[in-house]
Amino acid sequence: MKSLMQTLTRGALAAALTACGVASAFAADLKVGLSVSLSGPNSSLGVPYAKGMQAALAYKPEVNGRKVQLIVLDDGSDPTTAGRNARKLIEEDKVDVLMGTSGVPAAIAMAQVGKEAKVPMIGLTPILLDPAENPWVVTVAQPTQLMIDAVVERMKRNNVKTVGYIGFTDAWGDLVYNALMKAAPEAGIKVVSNERYARADASVTGQVLKIVALRPDAVMTGGAGTPGALPFLALQERGYKGGVYGQHGLINPDFVRVVGAAGQNALMPTGPVIVAEQLPDSHPTKKIATDFRAVFQKVNNAPTSDAFSAYSFDGWLVFADAASRAMKKAEPGTAEFRVALRDAIFSTREVVGTHGVYTFKPGSLYGVDERARVIVKLDNGQWKLAP
Amino acid sequence: MTWDVALILVTDGLANGAVYLLAGLGLVLIFSVTRVVFVPFGDIAAFAALSLAAFETGRVPPTIGMVAVLAALALATEIGSLLRRREAQRIPKAVLMWGVLPAIPCLLAWLAARPGVPVAVHIAVAVLLVVPIAPLLARVVFQPIADASVLVLLIVSLALHFLLSGLGLLFFGPEGSRTTPLTSAVFTLGDGFTVSGQVVLMVGAAIVLSGLFFLVFERTVAGKALRATAVNRVGARLVGIRPVRTALLAYGCASLLAGLIGVLIAPVTTMYYDSGFIIGLKAFVAAIIGGLVSYPMTAVGALAVGVVESFASFWSGALKDVIVFSLLIPVLMLRSFMAAHSEEEEEEVEQ
Repeated sequence: MKSLMQTLTRGALAAALTACGVASAFAADLKVGLSVSLSGPNSSLGVPYAKGMQAALAYKPEVNGRKVQLIVLDDGSDPTTAGRNARKLIEEDKVDVLMGTSGVPAAIAMAQVGKEAKVPMIGLTPILLDPAENPWVVTVAQPTQLMIDAVVERMKRNNVKTVGYIGFTDAWGDLVYNALMKAAPEAGIKVVSNERYARADASVTGQVLKIVALRPDAVMTGGAGTPGALPFLALQERGYKGGVYGQHGLINPDFVRVVGAAGQNALMPTGPVIVAEQLPDSHPTKKIATDFRAVFQKVNNAPTSDAFSAYSFDGWLVFADAASRAMKKAEPGTAEFRVALRDAIFSTREVVGTHGVYTFKPGSLYGVDERARVIVKLDNGQWKLAP
Repeated sequence: MTWDVALILVTDGLANGAVYLLAGLGLVLIFSVTRVVFVPFGDIAAFAALSLAAFETGRVPPTIGMVAVLAALALATEIGSLLRRREAQRIPKAVLMWGVLPAIPCLLAWLAARPGVPVAVHIAVAVLLVVPIAPLLARVVFQPIADASVLVLLIVSLALHFLLSGLGLLFFGPEGSRTTPLTSAVFTLGDGFTVSGQVVLMVGAAIVLSGLFFLVFERTVAGKALRATAVNRVGARLVGIRPVRTALLAYGCASLLAGLIGVLIAPVTTMYYDSGFIIGLKAFVAAIIGGLVSYPMTAVGALAVGVVESFASFWSGALKDVIVFSLLIPVLMLRSFMAAHSEEEEEEVEQ
């Protein structure tokens, strides 16, 4: 029954989005295949990804005078469907490049299909793959370690010596914990606890009592979205006075709504696009981020409030830059073009996006550096740049 | 572990236990009267909480539409069955019962969504709005298959849970909500140990409601009819109790309990469209401890589940749920040793 509802929503959304895609399709020379979670548990990320892609299409609808066609499919937050979508995009729609998706496992499934069929893929999430074995995929998302390093640097600056950790029992909680464990000892910070809770838990009082009893200077949380607010609320309830740090999984308007006053002054890393208007004019990504805000507002008739739509936008910029170079070597729609596009993506130099400046090299999935992160502070429900 | 930590954990556990207690009472009530393990119970609680959150953000809760559609379905089912039995003269009464009655909370909720309505009204309306859900579902889904086996009823009930949580996702989105606390009072006991007013309210509500339950079952005709149906459906029918009517009463009471749970926990936990399932599952553990028949044992079980959960989250957060659900194993073993034969006999009597 649930899947019936999902099918209905999926159908409606996919129809709406494909209609947009088809409208811009005539005389299309380049084809971009996007598979994204428009339904299912990841839809809170997938829908912004799709909206960001529409904004990107409006911003740069052609490359070297040739129109770009965008084909959007819904994967229902399911890795199997994502893999099938990738196959369909390649075999039926003959896309030149794959993009997606909102879940890491689903993105990996797409990347595998792309590798088999020799179609390059621009991932929009922090994909976990061995780059040596997967020479067809890159991602525009920041690696978790880069973000957590920024948090640890900030802790060091704030004279934090001991830190308690509380995070999800799932892969995200592990990822954040491992990144913290890697960065903290180098900064002379001791991680004193590794408490875990499930997304659906109603209370973390027990875990938080244990952390408070250890009296760490600060607490790092490894949650995401609204369930990520739970440790903040419990720590406030127990009168914890130290600093509370988050990570980019919490940069979400729903998190802000639920955490309320308990999130006051919490520090977390994010891509600079979130605080674009507060960045100094010298910041490399400020201009493009402001442009993105404007075009997103025009296309979707609503302001951006998340970081996800910006990843789609950046993916498109990386693709457009690479495609303009690849088109000098081969004709779009051919196998030679896909190889040329792959080579062009991996020789991307200093492409300025909303989240950072992208430079891709063979043998590496990620292409961003320190310019792709800022620390923000939650201040009365608003993200404020904390330089 | 120091004493004050233990005390905090016990309070936290009792507050959660109070919620499981109410949910457990609802589950036992429905199961004993209708033999349905009512899995969507928790979803109804989540609907109440999320409707309240919708009121607070100034939106009209989509629950209204769902109740209205369910009422239309129930009305159609009822009229269909009346026509089939050639009892067309009873249609006006059916319209009143299945069409007009559920429409009242919908109308109230629609009115309450306007700006400037006090919080107390929002809470009352959020509870009222979910009250028709279980009886309407029962009319559409369970009444036609009332004589099916427990397993079939359980499967249907599970399917209903998936339907409701899917609708919840569609209506309220994947992210959770929290409502403003009903009370911000804090009571200080001894040196520095505090209990929040919300916890007192939760425990108090559980005590008052279980007291009311006791009175209703012992002192009223309706309560006695419920008990009689629970003890023996065939026998109850022989002495003039209509199982259909008692079943609806049970569903209505349970729905009311679910609504109360929803508004009680909405301020202390983040409620998601699917949070109800976990609450229902833990209440089910409590109900199993009570053998799905005994209210006092369910109450004890619920408090035990709450306290064990709270201590388990202190000792090992990651294994918390494992520990809580492991409680089931010894209880089930004990129960199967003690009650294996009598259950078989009951089945025979019913068929």
